[in-house]
Amino acid sequence: MIQTENLRKAFGEVRAVDGVTFTARDGEITGLLGPNGAGKTTTLRMLYTLMRPDTGRVLVDGIDSGADPIAVRKRLGVLPDARGLYKRLTARENIDYFARLQGVPPAEATRRREALIEVLEMRDFADRHAEGFSQGQRVKTAIARALIHDPKNVLLDEPTNGLDVMATRRMRQFMRDLRAEGRCVLFSSHIMQEVAQLCDRIVVIAKGRVVADESPEDLRRHTGESNLEDAFVKIIGSAEGLAA
Amino acid sequence: MNASLVIFLKEARENLRDKRTLINALLTGPLIGPLIFIMIVNIMISRELNQAEAPLELPVIGAAYAPNLIDALREQGFDPQPPVADPIAAVRNRDAAAVLRVPAGFGKSWGQGDPAQVEVYYDSSRRDTQQAVTRLRAMLENYARRTAGMRLIARGLSPALASPVVVDARDQSTPRSRAGALFSILPYFFVLTVFIGGMYLAVDLTAGERERQSLEPLFVNPVAPWRILIGKIAAICAFSVSSLLVCVAAFTVAARFIPTEKLGMDFGLGPAFALEVLVLMLPLVLLIAALQTLVAAFSKSYREAQTYLGLLMLVPVVPSVLLSILPIKTAAWMYTVPLLGQQVGITELLLGGAVTAAQVATCLVCGFAVAVLMLAITARVYASERLAISA
Repeated sequence: MIQTENLRKAFGEVRAVDGVTFTARDGEITGLLGPNGAGKTTTLRMLYTLMRPDTGRVLVDGIDSGADPIAVRKRLGVLPDARGLYKRLTARENIDYFARLQGVPPAEATRRREALIEVLEMRDFADRHAEGFSQGQRVKTAIARALIHDPKNVLLDEPTNGLDVMATRRMRQFMRDLRAEGRCVLFSSHIMQEVAQLCDRIVVIAKGRVVADESPEDLRRHTGESNLEDAFVKIIGSAEGLAA
Repeated sequence: MNASLVIFLKEARENLRDKRTLINALLTGPLIGPLIFIMIVNIMISRELNQAEAPLELPVIGAAYAPNLIDALREQGFDPQPPVADPIAAVRNRDAAAVLRVPAGFGKSWGQGDPAQVEVYYDSSRRDTQQAVTRLRAMLENYARRTAGMRLIARGLSPALASPVVVDARDQSTPRSRAGALFSILPYFFVLTVFIGGMYLAVDLTAGERERQSLEPLFVNPVAPWRILIGKIAAICAFSVSSLLVCVAAFTVAARFIPTEKLGMDFGLGPAFALEVLVLMLPLVLLIAALQTLVAAFSKSYREAQTYLGLLMLVPVVPSVLLSILPIKTAAWMYTVPLLGQQVGITELLLGGAVTAAQVATCLVCGFAVAVLMLAITARVYASERLAISA
């Protein structure tokens, strides 16, 4: 479970995140939805302890990330916005590197790695050097290495970005599988349909603030729009109205 | 397994797969110094040998006015060349190293017992002609002295009257120390090798990783930034030490191909020297790795890091140049300054002097102290939240 309380982060004059509070529960998929530049990536970076919030705090399974960032990182599987691989290493070696850094015992790491290669359909390119991987192959490898330590909580920053239709469908199924395993799945997206299809809970962020935090049904009911996309536009529009 | 060790092994493995890094660290980096060095030394030696032994060939104007003088010069190894029209132009245009001109009135002054004048045209700013001019003047003075002695004897006087003071030059340089003066640039080659050997890795492991977007995923692992830094620094050091080993070995071999004995010089580039160089260089290996990583961490891109490090490479040349130009006396405090200590120590070893255990210890302690300080600064930068994020 991931809880954030009143997160704020400013870069100079720009308040990228301006008081974000929400909870992502185990066995649920939580979508962080917002237009480009709304503060999704910065929020996620504070969640996976790469950045320290100016105020507020993050609790992962009850552990304060400010107090013990290393313990928090052990409980997180993260697909960051940056998903570069080591191009002179094979996919398997890329995954093994992270397994060792996570301190996964070798036998366990091999078992997990092969399972992930199976589930993510990576068999064809698992022993090729990462140089020249397609976008889809890169994302799969990045996800496999992020989940090698069997984390309870999974953070995915725009996981379907740059993937083709088939790869996107498989990615969505993969996220449902993660939920079925009882994990807490939190992902960011600016694609309305994706969030509508997958999420148990939608957190809408605009201009660094949470403007809605509810189930898709509630979101539709509140806004009086049957179409989620219209609801999304309405919420962000009215939020901007309030801020002004 | 320790996280730093995991990172070290991965960086080493990944870079061993890169031909460019390997060629840089194990071939061009360490071998370019010895190669340049052999070339320079061989050219210098062969030129000095030629100049000292070969007949001195210079144009002479008005040789007919002083046949005896010319004959006397010939006896001393002078080979008069046909006259040139304009001696000044010939010297300025580098057509001749120097020109000897005997004026028309030479015979007349000689006959009257007056000082007879000859003119030597040369350009003292041309270092390469210095030896020719010095030789010519020595020959002329020799002839003048001999003639003066004969004139005194003809008048019944002792030639000793004309030389109230005699200088007996006693050069205290040893063959080894003469070789050392030639070798004062050598410590720079060792520093340069360490620099080049680690440079590609230093840029790649911080600025390169950030640019390829793999630094952020790396920092998401439950590993403290300083542990990541230690692993990366260790990988850089492994490559730069390999470079240094190849370089020292190459110099030891190269020394056999330098005909220093022809100049009556010799120097000790043996295994003992190689070992002492390695020990003295160790703090610099760490210091340079930390410094390169720090620069790479501050740079916005791979290219920027390469540019800065290229400029930084010129810094270690400063002590080498200063010490070879300025006749600074080696002082104890110099061993406390990294770079300078290595320069002084390695030069001292080349000169055939001994570096005491205390001096080596000073060099190591001070060098490692500065290196650790640099490492601490780099670790602070590594811990900053902006480091992993590419713009």
